Amino acid sequence: MRIPWRQTLMSYTFLAPALILLAVFTFYPLVYGAYLGFTEYTGARFAQGLGPKFTGLDNFRTLAGDPLFHTAIWNSVRYLLVVPVLQLASLAVAVLVNKELPGMTWFRAAYYVPVVTSVSLAAVMFEWVFNREGVLNWVLTSLHLTTPQKAIGWLNSETWAFFAVMLVTFWRGFGYYMVLYLAGLQTIPQELEEAAVLDGANPWQRFWRVTVPLMRPTILLCTLLSTIAALRVLEEVLVLTNGGPLNSTYTALMYVYAKAFQGFDFNYGLASAAGLVVAAVALIISAVNFRLFRTDDVAEGA
Amino acid sequence: MSAAATARPAARERPRVSWRRPLSLTLRYAVLIAILVFAIFPFVWTLAIALTDKTAGVSIYAFPASLLPRRITLHNFVDVYRTFHLGAYLWNSVSITVMTVIGTLVVSALAAYPLARFRFPGRNVIFSAIVATLVLPSETNFIVNTLTLKNLHLLGTHLGVVIPTVAGAFGIFLMRQAFLSIPSALLEAARLDGASELTILTRIMLPLTRPSLAALGIFTLVTTWNAYFWPMVVLSGAPERVPLSVAVLKLKGQFNYDPFNIAAGSLFMMLPVLIVFLLAQRLFLRGLEGAVK
Repeated sequence: MRIPWRQTLMSYTFLAPALILLAVFTFYPLVYGAYLGFTEYTGARFAQGLGPKFTGLDNFRTLAGDPLFHTAIWNSVRYLLVVPVLQLASLAVAVLVNKELPGMTWFRAAYYVPVVTSVSLAAVMFEWVFNREGVLNWVLTSLHLTTPQKAIGWLNSETWAFFAVMLVTFWRGFGYYMVLYLAGLQTIPQELEEAAVLDGANPWQRFWRVTVPLMRPTILLCTLLSTIAALRVLEEVLVLTNGGPLNSTYTALMYVYAKAFQGFDFNYGLASAAGLVVAAVALIISAVNFRLFRTDDVAEGA
Repeated sequence: MSAAATARPAARERPRVSWRRPLSLTLRYAVLIAILVFAIFPFVWTLAIALTDKTAGVSIYAFPASLLPRRITLHNFVDVYRTFHLGAYLWNSVSITVMTVIGTLVVSALAAYPLARFRFPGRNVIFSAIVATLVLPSETNFIVNTLTLKNLHLLGTHLGVVIPTVAGAFGIFLMRQAFLSIPSALLEAARLDGASELTILTRIMLPLTRPSLAALGIFTLVTTWNAYFWPMVVLSGAPERVPLSVAVLKLKGQFNYDPFNIAAGSLFMMLPVLIVFLLAQRLFLRGLEGAVK
């Protein structure tokens, strides 16, 4: 079939704004950013009006020898701990609100509110929760799990700040995954649940034997999404602890951000190289995920 | 979507063992309420703090008293609005958000129309490229985009915050799906009447896809209003132009740290989004469900 040239011209005219913007702000930065990873582009060069200088693998050698980068990568990997907890909890909550009972729509909406909360607001509110005199310690004291004398300033503790930040990620995320799981639950045939009930399965057995296997595609999709999100965590860290105390919450993207923008000795080249490493890790993890759990399942669920 | 709509009512007729019902129901609601407290407690507390009359010399950490302020006042709102020039930051948020929403709707609709309705050389390549942006590693984009904005003299401006964000796969996708569902006969009839493609887009396609436009608009509005990282990066050299989401944390960092004022300032920021969300929550939750199907 011949395509009229006017139709082609019209199509490209309509597409032009999107294509130009995507080219300039999405594709060009991908390519140029990757190139920068192999260059020296420091604050000093920048100040003199010099461009990036190609230095091969120098930046990667620097990263390999930088203990801060090792800490950052280790923290990002450690952050993946939040994924299974988040996914199991969201799935359980989805099962809980999937029943048509009075008020259920309101519970669903309320659980979604943290998702539409900005990270800066979360930072303001959770600083009061995590404060030494905050709610968390009050609850723990009320439950006789701790005493006011032994109260912890959660965000200032080298041991606990990491988990405090994770809790905020959990809080902001569970409503989102709950909705995705709800959508998946709606596709489970009613007859299967009923058959399980008639066979005498208790709710616990129904959850593990019927719901979880049938939800596999959605579980895989959500796990993948949340793994990538956890690897790329930056905003929560930035607003809650800025990487501290003593770098205990310093994550990989925090490193990228700090090397690019914090202080006078910034180094776009090194930051870009670190970004490339994080991107590579993310890609590998996605690939492994897709291989481990057959791709067609995910495609079906998505 | 349609499967979800039909499956839901059926859930009512699930057989249940009668004597266990009241117990399990109570238990279920107890758990639901516990999760509810976890989800919205920070908001309730912030609201309580914002409404507390601080002249009475109370502490925000006096539990559980600080949850139920004895003397309620709106003074904190007035105070934070005046002392922190909150009006200016609010205006910045509005300016950035309005530009982003309009930009996103226009760019997405324009791009989606030919992708949904026409055959032209390069269409598949372009579509694949747009799909690819969803999975491509974007870790270093913010560095290069900052350099680009600097060269375009847009660093430190609202336009600089807006422009890189308006063309996105999500918007183009959503509008393309919507346009695909419009019957071709309508378009043919309009063409026979001599309507131009732009007329067809604005007079037929857009009015018929209003729900999708609204969904995209609301999603973009909430995301942009809440955005922290990107506006912070672009506007780091222009502190007076930052939106509320960035300003709120600056207030927190000021040496005359006043939690009552900060709580009030936070509410200024939270309320618009909360209202939009409550009005459009069906759209939100459905839109997300649609994303999985």
